Parts: sequence; C-alpha cells; structure tokens
Amino acid sequence: MGRIVLNNVTKSFGETQVIPPLDLTIEDGEFAVFVGPSGCGKSTLLRMIAGLEDLTSGQIEIDGDDVTQVPPSKRGLAMVFQSYALYPHMTVRKNIAFPLRMEGMDQSEIDKKVEAAAKSLNLSDYLDRKPAALSGGQRQRVAIGRAIVRNPSAFLFDEPLSNLDAALRVGMRLEISEMHESMKTTMIYVTHDQVEAMTMADKIVVLQAGVIEQVGTPLELYHTPRNVFVAGFIGSPKMNIFSGSEAEKLGAHTAGIRPEHIDIDLSGGTWKGTVGVAEHLGSDTFVHVHDTALGDLVTVRIAGDVAVKHGDTIYLTPQMDKIHKFDEQGLRV
Amino acid sequence: MAIVSTNSNISRYGRPVLAWGVALLFFFPIFWMVLTSFKTDADAVKPEFLIWFTPTLDNYLNLTENYDYWRFATNSVITSVCATLFTLVVGIPAAYAMAFNPSRATKDILMWMLSTKMLPAAAVLYPMIFLAKGIGLYDTHILVITVVSLINLPIAIWMLFTYFKEIPKDIIEAGKMDGVSTWGEVKEILIPLAWGGIASTALLIFIFCWNEAYWTVRLTTIDAATLSKLIEGNRAPEGLFFGRLSAVSTAAVGPIVVLGWFCQKQLVQGLTFGAVK
Repeated sequence: MGRIVLNNVTKSFGETQVIPPLDLTIEDGEFAVFVGPSGCGKSTLLRMIAGLEDLTSGQIEIDGDDVTQVPPSKRGLAMVFQSYALYPHMTVRKNIAFPLRMEGMDQSEIDKKVEAAAKSLNLSDYLDRKPAALSGGQRQRVAIGRAIVRNPSAFLFDEPLSNLDAALRVGMRLEISEMHESMKTTMIYVTHDQVEAMTMADKIVVLQAGVIEQVGTPLELYHTPRNVFVAGFIGSPKMNIFSGSEAEKLGAHTAGIRPEHIDIDLSGGTWKGTVGVAEHLGSDTFVHVHDTALGDLVTVRIAGDVAVKHGDTIYLTPQMDKIHKFDEQGLRV
Repeated sequence: MAIVSTNSNISRYGRPVLAWGVALLFFFPIFWMVLTSFKTDADAVKPEFLIWFTPTLDNYLNLTENYDYWRFATNSVITSVCATLFTLVVGIPAAYAMAFNPSRATKDILMWMLSTKMLPAAAVLYPMIFLAKGIGLYDTHILVITVVSLINLPIAIWMLFTYFKEIPKDIIEAGKMDGVSTWGEVKEILIPLAWGGIASTALLIFIFCWNEAYWTVRLTTIDAATLSKLIEGNRAPEGLFFGRLSAVSTAAVGPIVVLGWFCQKQLVQGLTFGAVK
C-alpha cells in the first residue's frame, strides 16, 4: 500500500514562499514523476513527503494516516538520492543491510534479504567492496538495493540518474521502470529531464515556481497541454509557440505546433522559410528554419532522412488538427 | 641566461638554507635546554662549558628523588586526558548540531565562542580564584579539568565543525531515512566518517591541555598541580638553577614532543584542513 495525499501543503524559507498551497494525490502503485525546471520546488516537495523538510502548513497522508509530524524513518518510505548517499565507510553488504540493522532485524534474516536484493541488482560479486571501488551505475544500484530491502510502501527518487553518463542513464531508466512493473509499489520520481518523465511515468506532475501546472498521463500532457508552459516543457524538440497575426488567423492569442506535426515542401506551403541547420539523426531529421511568418526559428522534425541543407528555401505546412491554441492567460482554448 | 641561472641557484640553494636557518633558530632554545639539563648548575652559567662539558644525570635523579616529578606528571596526564575527553564529549554534539541543523544563530554562536578566546585570562583571574575557593574546588582535579576543557572547547568545536561540514548532508539524511536515531547518526555515520578529523582535534587539544600553564599554575598548589607548576616552582625562590630548571622543563615537554613527533602528519592535516581543500 502506498497512497500519498498532500492537502493544502505549503513551504516557505523565511519570507520566501517556495510552495504555495498545493493539493496532490498519488494513488497506490502509481509511478508519479515530478518534473519542472530547476528551482521549481520539485525536490523540496519530495523532501517534504520524505519528512526531511518540515511543512510550513498543510498535511501529508500516507494510506490515510496523517504523517505530517512523523519522522522520516517511520513513514515507511525509502529514498534514493542524486548523490547516491552511500555510507562510504561500509561495504556494499553493510550499506544494504543498514536500514534492516537499524530496525533490529535478526542477522540471519538480514543476510537473506541482502543476498536476495544483491542478486536481483547484479551486485552479488561486489558485496564486500566499499562504494569507492564501484562505478557510478553500481553505486546507484546499491542505493536502490538499500531502498528495496526495507520493503517500503513507496520509493522516492531524487534525480537518481543525473550523475550517470547518457548510455548508463538509459539502461538504469529501463531497470527502474521494470522494477516498478514487477513490484507495483508506488514510486515518486523527481527529474528535470522531460524524456525521463515521459518514458517512465504513469502520472506526470509538471511544476513551475512551486505551482502545479498540470497533472496527467504522459500522452495527456503531450496531446492536451493545459497551458503554454506545459506545451513548451513537454516534448522534445520543443513545441513551436507563436503569437501575433499568425496565431490570430487561427483564432487564438497564442498557438503552438509540435515539430513533428509540420510537413515540409520545396515548392509551396503555408509558411516560407530558410533552412538554418539540418540535424540528420538517421531515424529523424531536425530542420531549424529561419525567417518564417511564425518567428525567427521554427523547428521541424521529419521522420527518416530528408535532403535539405543550409540556405535552402522551404515551405512549412502545419497539420491543422494538431495545432494547440491558447488564450491571453496562456490557457488552452 | 645568466639571470636565469642566478635565480634558479637562489631557489635551489637559498630556500633550503633559509628553511634550515629558521628551523635551527626555533630549535635552538630546545636544544640549549636539553643540553643544559645535563650540566651541573655551576657549569650551566659558565660560557667556557657552553658545548664541551662533562655530562651528568644528577638533575634528572634530583627531579625524581626530591621534586616528586611522577606526581606532577601523573596529574598532567590525568588533566590532559580527562580534559580532552570532556572537550570531545561536549564538542562533538555541539559541532554536529551546528553543522547539520544550522539555525540563523549558528554563525553568531560560532563567532561568539571564538570571541571568548579574545578575553584576557587575567581579567577573570581573581573572580575565578575566589569562586574556586568559595565552592571548595581550589587545587582539585575537577576544577583544573573543567577550566582547561572550557578554554579549549571553542577551538575544538570550530575544528570539528569544519570537519563535519565536509560530510555530505545527503549521507546524514539517508541515515534519517534508514531509521537511525540521533545518537546512531553520531555513532554509526558521523564518527566513522570524521574519524581522521576527530583524531586530529583530540591530539591538538591534548597538546594544548598539556601545555596549559596560566590556569594550572594559579588554580593549584600541590594536589592537582601539573608539570607547568613544577617548572614554575623551580623558577624563583633559590635563584636561577639553570641545570635543574632545564631538566624539569625537558622532562615536562619531553612526552608531548615525542607524541607530536609521531603524530606530525595528523597534526599538520588538522591545522590546515578546510583551508587548503
């Protein structure tokens, strides 16, 4: 079980309010991702759930119990830190066993659990090493192992992959997703990387300046962003957002079209422009187009390879049903 | 070309010569003290016996036979060991609290603690003596240990604070998530991680306690008197007996010099930690 409810939670540091009143429910077994630019309060929110940060006001419930005043270890949560936060003076075995030892568990029981966790994380050969003798990926696995053995009602991840190199990050991303599939335990995952959010989450919570901009499944956020911020934040490459006369023609104050929803043609189309840079990825081509009616830079994503180069004149045509329209307040219409 | 070679000659020979010069300058009084301790009181003041003399152990024998050296030495050990332990027992939790749970007042508290070191000791001498006599603790171990600990506590807290600050906060927080108690945090995480720093602090505080003279001389007569008092006692009444005085001094600083010699690395690390990282 691990249903987490935040009721009217706020956080201030001195005079500065970093989290204005906020309500959020994370259902049992859900993989929720908090995503937003740095300084948006996502880590603070996670730390408040963990109990490492006090609430200024409001209430946190886990499985119906008010845990607002309950110390971190008594909340039944396990946390994986960005820096791994392993105990450098202990071996991998002792690191993983530590929370169990603190619970006062029987040594033979501890050994059994540690061996099982190590096996599932491919750490069996490293149990007697210290963290300094491990690679970044292995350290992260130890941190996850230390969280798993506690059998928590929810896992909290604070940007756990940002210290890993790109290849390892993709691998660990899959491992964590698979872990969620097999354990079905609630997970809250904080990241600034929207690709991680899109690929892992059941539910994404987009935050900006401590305010929840939108909560939804990855595809809800992609297809129906509630406002301009979410539209611009979710999706890679970013949505092309424009206002002015071109937006007014579409009956909106501001409009947006994703790079993958624009077609290109060399002879004619809605908007004329000049190719700046064409990035050929093999599977896709990202074409950055200058001097269009939409603005100075429009990004277009074309599946497969397309033979355009710097300086070419091309015409862009949006898929009209894929255009997002927003009003003066930036809200979806 | 010539200029370059002159410069490199200076740095090649000049610096070692300068370093040795400074080292000898500092070492000379100790050397002279040790040398004099093996002279008779009469030889000690004669210039012709400055280097060449007939060495004698009389001063040292005199020390143990007539001056009760071992009692003073034992008191010094008791005072230094207990004061160091007391300083750590109070200092570790204090530094821990300030390093990991800082409040807005933490910086001011640290500065305030340091400012107590700026108070001239003489300013509180008489109140201290009256107070000690008033509560019946004059010339007792408990008084000397308390005073010596409190004098060194600010430095200990500052040093420990610097070491503890180096420990990533995440590790302490991971401990909190894993269910360690506050004492467990100190015992299981803080002390093992900051062990080198704690050892350096302990060593330095021990040396300061051993060398403490101002208060140990003035707050004791016999029972709790340390080696500083022995040196002080040999100074005046019978005129200056340099041989004997040197033997007393050598026997007083000897143990700490030996200790310092073996722990040089720790000490240097302790004094420069944080500053050069």
